[in-house]
Amino acid sequence: MLLEAPFTEAKIRALKVGEMVEITGLIYTGRDAVHKYLYDGGKPPIDLTDSIIYHCGPVVVREKDRWVVKAAGPTTSAREEPYQGPLMERFKIRGVIGKGGMGPKTLAACAKVGAVYLHAIGGAAQVLAERVTAVEGVHLFEEFGSPEAIWEFRVERFPVVVTMDSHGRSLHDEVLRASQAALARLG
Amino acid sequence: MTGKILQAQLLELIRRTSSRLPDDVVRVIEKSWRKEQKDSNAKYALKVILDNIAMARENSLPLCQDTGTIICYADLPVWLDEPGFRKAYEQAVLQATKVGYLRQNSVDSLTGKNSGTNLGPGSPVFHLQQTKSRTLTVRTILKGGGCENVGAQYSLPDARLGAGRDLAGVRKCILDAIMQAQGKGCGPGILGVCIGSDRSSGYVASKEEFLRALDDANEHPALAKLEKQIVADANRLGIGPMGFGGATTLLGCKITHRNRLPASYFVSISYMCWAYRRDGFQLSEAGKIIRWLY
Repeated sequence: MLLEAPFTEAKIRALKVGEMVEITGLIYTGRDAVHKYLYDGGKPPIDLTDSIIYHCGPVVVREKDRWVVKAAGPTTSAREEPYQGPLMERFKIRGVIGKGGMGPKTLAACAKVGAVYLHAIGGAAQVLAERVTAVEGVHLFEEFGSPEAIWEFRVERFPVVVTMDSHGRSLHDEVLRASQAALARLG
Repeated sequence: MTGKILQAQLLELIRRTSSRLPDDVVRVIEKSWRKEQKDSNAKYALKVILDNIAMARENSLPLCQDTGTIICYADLPVWLDEPGFRKAYEQAVLQATKVGYLRQNSVDSLTGKNSGTNLGPGSPVFHLQQTKSRTLTVRTILKGGGCENVGAQYSLPDARLGAGRDLAGVRKCILDAIMQAQGKGCGPGILGVCIGSDRSSGYVASKEEFLRALDDANEHPALAKLEKQIVADANRLGIGPMGFGGATTLLGCKITHRNRLPASYFVSISYMCWAYRRDGFQLSEAGKIIRWLY
């Protein structure tokens, strides 16, 4: 199904674990440095209300007068677990794209704020870069360097799977429990 | 062959390794994709993965932006000295980083500074040995950080797992490592396992197993059987691609063994993500590629 900007609470609350979603609109990259900066009280250079943050350190090159994305797969989200929940609450961030899933603090924040975790396909740097149709800006580039900067990506039909929803469900928890039961049966 | 020719050929090896998944790996991913249930998250993930493999190959771009630890294995003939080979390979890495076949991926562990060149203490990783053959053989593996983080080493007996010092105990360790990894290693994955040895050599040997083609057969019958059993068991766990659930948790498992001390029994397990970048070639003394190995 298609998830189009604006990413309102109503649209996000309608999403359920296991749904395959394609995102169209503007999303922002942010990884370790950005999360720590915002958590420590840094001022966001863009309005994060109803935004989607992408855990990604892209390869972006300057070609003449524009930025071109060469590779843009997700990075491991678990590192942002201490920061993500509080930032979702503070800024009304509606979605986080990454890989590997996140923990109970983020899951609780998703329910409280009306937000979701969207799992991109790890390693699929080329397919995902192709879905970034334009780079509309970059922030904190000087401070944090290219992979850690906030890039404004215009994306079209960016493929993800909802693995944590705003109703308290986490596919990661469910698969873990099911696999533990399967292992017990194997002996 | 001049250093310049060698360097150019090594650059081509790195380009191919970063952008082209070996056919034996692609075949197993395609087979897995056919097996997954229609409209499932697992089938969807494998489709995106297959599209990505095709795009990277066609456009000569890195399959994954994490171009990983650069591991070089080479058999050096008498006409090539080790420092000369190292220098040529390092120059090829430098060039590959400049043109974007490799990401700037080597960070000083004390200062946090990225060298920007992929060169530095321990980077790239070399495993060099001499050969009596006149032919130079070079293999390269690029191993991403996500999968490296989920590798594991066990010391048997292990009370938590109820694992003793036998192949049944080894199986329990391997299945536990798969459980711990869930989807975090960018599965479906491939395991390289070494039974025995010391801690550091065990991990080295486990990674060397990634040089084997996925469709080869272990020459040791008991290990051949265990490899098959691990893949079958893992694919019954339901972890699936990316940990989404599904029938494909593991694409392959390769196991080797080394002697151990009476006091030690290590099981060293390396996890490779689906972006299993491995390539290699043989070069003649004149610098011509005799054949590609994968």
